[in-house]
Amino acid sequence: MMLFKLSLANIKKSFKDYAIYFFTLVLGVAIFYVFNAIDSQTAMIDITSSTRDIIELMTNTLSGVSVFVSFILGFLIIYASKFLITRRNKEFGIYLTLGMSKRKISMILFLETLFIGIISLVVGLIVGIVLSQLMSLLVANMFEADLTSFTFVFSSSACVKTLIYFSIIYLIVMIFNTISISKCNLIDLLHANKKSEKVKLKNPVICTIVFIIAVIMLGYAYYQVTVELVSIDDPSKIFIPIILGVISTVLIFWSLSGLLLRIIMRMKNIYYKGLNSFTVRQISSKINTTVFSTSIICLMLFITICVFSSSLSIKNSMTANLTTLAPADIEINKTLDMPLEDAANYGYTPAQAEDSKLTVLETLEKLDFDVEKYFTDILTFNVYATDDITVEDTLGDAYAKVKEGYSNLVYHSAESFIKLSDYNKLAKIYHLEPISLKEDQYVLVADFDSWINIRNEGLKANAKITLLGKNYYPKYKECQNGFLYMTSSHVNIGFFVVPDDAVDESIRAESILIANYKANSEEEKEQIEQQVLNLNNHPYAENTSISASTKIAIYEGSVGLGALVTFIGLYLGIIFLISCAAILALKELSESSDNKERFAMLRKIGTDEKMINRALFRQIAIFFLFPLILAIIHSIFGIIFCNTLLSSFGSDQLLPSIIMTAIFIVIIYGGYFIITYFCSKSMIRERL
Amino acid sequence: METILKIDKIEKYYGSRSSLTKAIDNMSFEVEKGEFVAIMGSSGSGKTTLLNVISTIDRVTSGHIYVDHEDITKLKGNKLNKFRREELGFIFQDFNLLDTLTAYENIALALSIQNVKVEEIEKRIKKVAEQLNIKDVLRKYPYQMSGGQKQRVASARAIITNPKLILADEPTGALDSKSSKMLLERFNYLNEELHATILMVTHDAFTASYASRVIFIKDGKIFNEIHRGNDSRKEFFDKIIDVVTLLGGDLNDAL
Repeated sequence: MMLFKLSLANIKKSFKDYAIYFFTLVLGVAIFYVFNAIDSQTAMIDITSSTRDIIELMTNTLSGVSVFVSFILGFLIIYASKFLITRRNKEFGIYLTLGMSKRKISMILFLETLFIGIISLVVGLIVGIVLSQLMSLLVANMFEADLTSFTFVFSSSACVKTLIYFSIIYLIVMIFNTISISKCNLIDLLHANKKSEKVKLKNPVICTIVFIIAVIMLGYAYYQVTVELVSIDDPSKIFIPIILGVISTVLIFWSLSGLLLRIIMRMKNIYYKGLNSFTVRQISSKINTTVFSTSIICLMLFITICVFSSSLSIKNSMTANLTTLAPADIEINKTLDMPLEDAANYGYTPAQAEDSKLTVLETLEKLDFDVEKYFTDILTFNVYATDDITVEDTLGDAYAKVKEGYSNLVYHSAESFIKLSDYNKLAKIYHLEPISLKEDQYVLVADFDSWINIRNEGLKANAKITLLGKNYYPKYKECQNGFLYMTSSHVNIGFFVVPDDAVDESIRAESILIANYKANSEEEKEQIEQQVLNLNNHPYAENTSISASTKIAIYEGSVGLGALVTFIGLYLGIIFLISCAAILALKELSESSDNKERFAMLRKIGTDEKMINRALFRQIAIFFLFPLILAIIHSIFGIIFCNTLLSSFGSDQLLPSIIMTAIFIVIIYGGYFIITYFCSKSMIRERL
Repeated sequence: METILKIDKIEKYYGSRSSLTKAIDNMSFEVEKGEFVAIMGSSGSGKTTLLNVISTIDRVTSGHIYVDHEDITKLKGNKLNKFRREELGFIFQDFNLLDTLTAYENIALALSIQNVKVEEIEKRIKKVAEQLNIKDVLRKYPYQMSGGQKQRVASARAIITNPKLILADEPTGALDSKSSKMLLERFNYLNEELHATILMVTHDAFTASYASRVIFIKDGKIFNEIHRGNDSRKEFFDKIIDVVTLLGGDLNDAL
């Protein structure tokens, strides 16, 4: 009973120390609940069944990510509680000298963790439940569904899950506490804060050299991931810049801390002004020992910023591209003239081989689908291909050069051709630029960035192609923008538009049908869409390898995928951000508690309270800003890199996601900074 | 002679109504400009409380304290801080130097918080370093210095602002006898040559014997007071010991 009272009193007394710990726990619990409750939040929203499938996929992925997140939070909480124990070493030392057994002290800690755990779980869940109502709005917005009416949703499964995960975390924390108490010595506990750090100034020459080396390394890494990088075909292309980046980050912090101290000390007018000398020394004395952790925090912030902004921009650009990428309601294609003798090798049935003699229109007839009834603006044409002309052939003299750069690509696949007149009709429906050709010219149409780069090499080399004994040369030295199949992203690796008489039916390869739905409203479109989907159930369906892409399906799939990526990005981003900020905050708080005596001394010699607060503010601000600034510089290149990587998704939507990222960082990181400042302020005010 | 410090019937109580402790009980005395006063008393006699209220670290319950005719018990907030940094110089038993700063920077801090120009800071430190014989240690950090050196650096910090009054709280408490002697001789130099007014709290008779006047306090009241006059330091020391004996061995750690 006495232990019970003691631990309660301890929590009340050291509430200031616990503020950051408590804040982190509450945030952790709330975020955990919110992302696990998405499932129930979406139950209320009016969405189609295919979207429902995507949400289920999303829920499963998020719960997988939650396991990872719980590990991060677990480590963070253990770290935080370790900090609290160190803060209270003296108190435990006194208990021990009074004859309390270590077991009893562990018991006190156990009870404290229990109280804090229960309170934080309750508060965190309440915050989480409130936040998850806001989440409904976000989810509805993501899936572009109307939130018909606001309903208060409580997810009991997410709640139970949160309780279980955090109980386990708290249990592990208790075990760790017990271990750390049982291992410590009385003498160390009592004299815990008697250690004073020796200040070593680094050699400025070495610092300068190291700094220059680090900057060069970093510059090289940046260059590697941006300018040099066209596509990733070799893992070392990424790993080397990453390793260089990590090493140079550590080196920059190491050298900069020494250099800045030297430089500011030289500027006597600044150095000997107010408490500047004190602040500079405070920072430099710590940055010497915290180079490693500062680097880790910098790198974590870097990852956070990249994950955040990339995931948000994927969602933005995905949906932004759709209007141009899915201009018609439906596009149907099927392979023509599949040879019967290859059926077994390539995994199609003889019946399908038989069906492949038919065009899309003929097959639709077999499926009893009334094209005229449902479709309008119908365009049908064929795509041609021959094994005589492969990617290698179309690169012409540039082949050797390209092969050197992209050794992993397949160069012997057959190229596709479309007749000029067909393409111009297609261009009209797809809102593409029409093309005109002289009789010996061709035009390459593509929209996949990395392939465009490869193709352009061939075009620049004026690569000649030979069809039916006649030679054709490129009209333009660059690929023209365009595509044939409707997809959710820019993945057209290229096809050739040639004069109508360049090809004949002997090399036809594919039949295409493009059409709009004969409908006046969204509902009617949905109904026709359903008719198309129902074709799968037709008895003839298994005899054909017809495939369709519809605007509605592309739209839903892409919105869903975008949302999935965004949610995972948000989840991980927030957790990472919390971890960075909490670690920094705890470090700074333990700093401040160590610095109590120094501030008390400043006060004794008559320093103004304002001056002291300003010095404290600067000190904490610099510790928070230092890693952030380098992380932001890293991120500029990181985001450019991510964009190259995800270029197929389109990348023109960066600004809004960067603004969103900035808002999140300001709220979470800034929030931690302010709490740290106020806690530190009240800490250094304590009487000794 | 001009009165620099006037203590007027001050009282300081601790605790609540039910259990009241009178740390200072109706105490009055004056210190004149250029005096070197030692206050002696055993643990719990109220000497540290006295120093705290004079240095405005603590407040009196009743009574007034005048420094250069200004009632400092009426000062508040930033005026208090201003008073402390401009009119007072502090020397503590445990030096209270910032371990992250060099000796030079520690001394400079007292001036930089008054926004003194860098050139002026440099000039004054050079001068004070000569007076206190610490020129060799200016570049060193506190952990690289001996106790005596640290205390002289702290003294330099205390006098560099040309304070009206230097308050020293057991300045020799953490020093060996040789360093103590050296420090006290420096105090005498500051007092006699630079006319600094020093108020020193101690329980050590040897330390007190360097002062020109010793005030003995017991249970929060002034018990006795002796002037050095024209006595040699040795004679004055013997007189102090007599009073300590009279106090009844309360200062049993006086030697």
